[in-house]
Amino acid sequence: MSLTQLRPPPQHAAPSPKPSRAKLWLYRFDTKATPYVFIAPFFIIFTIFGLFPIVYNGVVSLRTWRLTEPDKDGWAGFANFSRLFSDSDFWNALYNTFGIFVLSTVPQLLAALIIANLLNRKLRGQAFWRIGILLPYLTPVVASTLVFAVFFSRDSGMANWFLSLVGFGQEQPLDWRAAKWSSWIAIATMVNWKWIGYNALLYLSAMQSIPKDIYEAASVDGAGPWRQLWRITVPMIQPVVVFTVILSTIGGLQLFNEPMMFDENPQSAGGGSAHQFQTIAQLIYKVGWKDLNLGYAAAMSWALFLIILIVAGINALLTKRIGGDR
Amino acid sequence: MTTFVNRAPQDTRGNWKTYLGLSLVLIFSAFPVYWMFVIATSTDAAVTQIPPSVIPGGELLNNLNEVFTMNDVYFTASLINSFVVSSVITASTLFFCSLAGFAFAKLRFPARNALMFVVILTLTVPNQLGVVALYILMGKIGWNGTLLAVIAPGLVSAFGVFYMRQFIGHAVPDELVESARIDGAMTLRVYWSIVLPAIRPALAVLGLLTFVMAWNDFQWPLITLNGTDFPTSMVALSDLASGNYVIYRRVLAGAFVATVPLIVLLLIGGRQIVRGIMEGAVKS
Repeated sequence: MSLTQLRPPPQHAAPSPKPSRAKLWLYRFDTKATPYVFIAPFFIIFTIFGLFPIVYNGVVSLRTWRLTEPDKDGWAGFANFSRLFSDSDFWNALYNTFGIFVLSTVPQLLAALIIANLLNRKLRGQAFWRIGILLPYLTPVVASTLVFAVFFSRDSGMANWFLSLVGFGQEQPLDWRAAKWSSWIAIATMVNWKWIGYNALLYLSAMQSIPKDIYEAASVDGAGPWRQLWRITVPMIQPVVVFTVILSTIGGLQLFNEPMMFDENPQSAGGGSAHQFQTIAQLIYKVGWKDLNLGYAAAMSWALFLIILIVAGINALLTKRIGGDR
Repeated sequence: MTTFVNRAPQDTRGNWKTYLGLSLVLIFSAFPVYWMFVIATSTDAAVTQIPPSVIPGGELLNNLNEVFTMNDVYFTASLINSFVVSSVITASTLFFCSLAGFAFAKLRFPARNALMFVVILTLTVPNQLGVVALYILMGKIGWNGTLLAVIAPGLVSAFGVFYMRQFIGHAVPDELVESARIDGAMTLRVYWSIVLPAIRPALAVLGLLTFVMAWNDFQWPLITLNGTDFPTSMVALSDLASGNYVIYRRVLAGAFVATVPLIVLLLIGGRQIVRGIMEGAVKS
């Protein structure tokens, strides 16, 4: 309203004639159609390049679709899906994906909670700390994984040197890529490194919206800072914890960049010499673009989607249950 | 004990333990990036040195020269490509998402809530699900192997619309929009002269986050651009790191070059990025 008062009063303006038909029509058009014109670019682009591929992926998964033999294209029924059940590569990749997922998500979120709790103080250089812990989030995974690949190299890698410093030196240097457990730990370390700071900021943001008097009331019972964190802060930010658990599930089960670049020969998409750290996303890439079997890769994508849905649901329920009991 | 517990954590001053903890976290966060720089400036010997070398050497120019002149990697072109891709995606996301966000926040039209629900629903769909079909689609329209294939899917984002709607809802008063319309301003005019100036902070946040995501994207560019002369910098890096004999000082020199633009962004726009994430940004 204040804006109109700043303008010259209408009587000083030239007496406006009755709005013409064209003007009225234009005004009508503007109020009725413009909203749709504004949202149309988003919906058109998103439908073509986002929604359509997802739907069409279902069609592809029911067909024989090999890039090398286009003449063999045709309906395959559920052959691609039934093949999944007996495909040991798929089950191995599923096992690896879950192993790395657990090793990365649990420490990641716990560390993020503790760091958020540290940040949730009156601090000097507040912006500096917050920006600093975001460096891993911005660093390209491809670039940072190459650094970690050197850290975890068998001969003279920094990880092995560190192990020997703290008294776990071996006669044979540990070949991190060779075994399932060690390659999983290496990859989980990279995932943790990237996402801890990001999640800490999400938690911090939630912590700062907790009403202060809740802490004041609880202090009567003599809750120390550590108990304060677990008894008051964590239950209060539970929705955000659930949110980060779901995000980590969606992201973690699609893990691709880290295992790709950790491999000594990234282009093979093998996930190690015996597929010891090949994830499902990697296997989809290999089946689709190395074996050139797009139909089967599409079926795998659907399987992965279903798995993500189920696991995200279970995790959300679990997190709610655990948090709710406190 | 009771001297500090009767205050909320955010009113408690950080003690030396807080600062020690945060310093350790910061070292843990920064060390891999710093070490990338150390190796990028060193000779081969530094990579295998025990204890590890932590002081930069004087070989940066030499290593960079090798990266940029390497055959079949197209590193220079890849950096230009990444800049083009990320800039176009950022500009387009800002424009289309703020338009749609404005419509959803301030304009009244039938099916508005239903359409917004669709936007929120698509937020949760994993983007990898459609990759196979996207590749087939791009093949049909002949875009595979070109930058168009990388740019097109990134032109808009559901998160961008969601974020813009939230921000415009708070930042632009309804009365301002209404009075402008009473004065005869068309909707496009309202968007241009009232909404856009009011949402500059949100544009900065969304722009930074979008640019970072576009720059770091790897899987889809790898699928559609691999083996062409037009890689993005991430695809070129994976080429650099492939092969039987990998020279790490060269690989990490390339990795460092591809990381520098983002470090610059963090230095310039760090506060905005922090704010964007704390306001509820979502992983891509």
